[in-house]
Amino acid sequence: MSAVLFDVPGPRGIARNRVSGVIGVLAILGLLGFIGYKFYDTGQFDGRVWSWLQYQQIQEDLLTALVATLQAFAVGAVLAMVFGAIFAAGRLSEHAWLRVPSMLVVEFFRAIPLLILIFLFYYGLPATGVKMTPFMALVLGLMLYNGSVLAEVFRAGILSLPRGQSEAAYALGMRKTQVMTLVLLPQALRAMLPAIISQLVVLLKDTALGFLITYYELLKYAKNIGGDFQFGRPYVPVLIVVSAIYITLCLLLSWLATYLEARNRRSRKVQADGPTEIAPEQPALIPPGSGI
Amino acid sequence: MDTLSDIWGVLANNTDLFRTGFFNTIKLFVIAAIGSLALGTFLAMLRVSPVPILRAVGTAYVTLLRNTPLTLVLFFFAFAYPLLDIVRVSFFASASIGLTLYTAAFVCEVVRSGINTVNVGQAEAARALGLTFGQTLGQIVLPQAIRSVVPPLTSVQIALLKNTTIAAGFSVAEAGAIRDNLSERGENIMIGLGWVALGFLILVIPLTLLQRSLERRWSVAR
Repeated sequence: MSAVLFDVPGPRGIARNRVSGVIGVLAILGLLGFIGYKFYDTGQFDGRVWSWLQYQQIQEDLLTALVATLQAFAVGAVLAMVFGAIFAAGRLSEHAWLRVPSMLVVEFFRAIPLLILIFLFYYGLPATGVKMTPFMALVLGLMLYNGSVLAEVFRAGILSLPRGQSEAAYALGMRKTQVMTLVLLPQALRAMLPAIISQLVVLLKDTALGFLITYYELLKYAKNIGGDFQFGRPYVPVLIVVSAIYITLCLLLSWLATYLEARNRRSRKVQADGPTEIAPEQPALIPPGSGI
Repeated sequence: MDTLSDIWGVLANNTDLFRTGFFNTIKLFVIAAIGSLALGTFLAMLRVSPVPILRAVGTAYVTLLRNTPLTLVLFFFAFAYPLLDIVRVSFFASASIGLTLYTAAFVCEVVRSGINTVNVGQAEAARALGLTFGQTLGQIVLPQAIRSVVPPLTSVQIALLKNTTIAAGFSVAEAGAIRDNLSERGENIMIGLGWVALGFLILVIPLTLLQRSLERRWSVAR
């Protein structure tokens, strides 16, 4: 823990900490004060730029945009999990003709930027005659990118289990599928849950990319309202509202991860030689899903 | 129609676009990488410091930035920031600032967890010898932490490299924006985007290989 880096401060230490605390607070207050002053100075606290919140139509639009974001998230998350499960199974396969293509697919979609992928679907595919809606392009991109990352998470979770587990299962005469579904998966899933959820947080944030292909979600909404001269271009207020929504959603998901992790740790005693950490080859200090 | 020469032609006829696009991407990446490493390390030091209020500030920053989509951060700098009337900056500069601020939160988390992986005994021994907080951190803990931090830091920077494409949505002429210009020139977008994807593969794969080999060579048995 970080607390071991310093002694319990003595009288001089406490005084010194107070001084640096005061300086730090002053610096931060200065910065916040400057920002607050600029907000005030440019009229971001005026009633006019916040008045859009009172219109029922605009409130309903906000709800529609929120639902659109959650829709893309939900569909993308389910598809990414399925994609991840399939390709993790492929990468863990004993047959090279399954393993190698799965590896190539996973590595390919992890390496190219998600936005380029979404552009490929939205702008590229129609050129070849395939019809694409922004929603479909966004969800496909989310599925392929996050699915590939999840495939790595799943694979690492399975590989992190002690080899004795599968050896014992094989010794009992189970088949490959039985070993996987009855023995390995139930144990690995517990260890993987926090990593899976933190990847879902990434997926939720990535839905904002839909803005760039005109999918009507929260950011597109922010652009529409924010650019409205009738309300004095309330970009700042609208962004405060929208980012509060994003942060709340992501924190709810992260708390779920923390909760599950805590619950997992409590039951660690029962399964003494169970999974201790994910991924032997992924560094344990940063869960595989915490990419950006 | 889609003959090999067509596919090659999209690249060959627009080398200027691809060259400036990827040059700007790399420029953006280098600036944001250096900026985020510096700011992130600073934030990590705040987060482990003995002063509670500074720790709280570090935590608040990381929580806010990590749970906000990068697109929103760049959106803020592109549309809302100019309204605040502080300092006029170009789209390129504001994209670099946005990417730096966003990535720094992740760098901070990696550095902090790296500090936490160093054996407690090391810091305790340093304190027993009478080293101060700064000495303990700078001479004992950080040098050891770096080994376990570099591989995940590389993944954060790879993510940053890919994230630079989002800046294209906010008027920065980099690799993600090649598509706009290609469609103006009436080229096949599918092929053009394929070349962009290939460009990123060429940039990302060496970094991934580097990261894997670092991970293998530097992994510490604890």
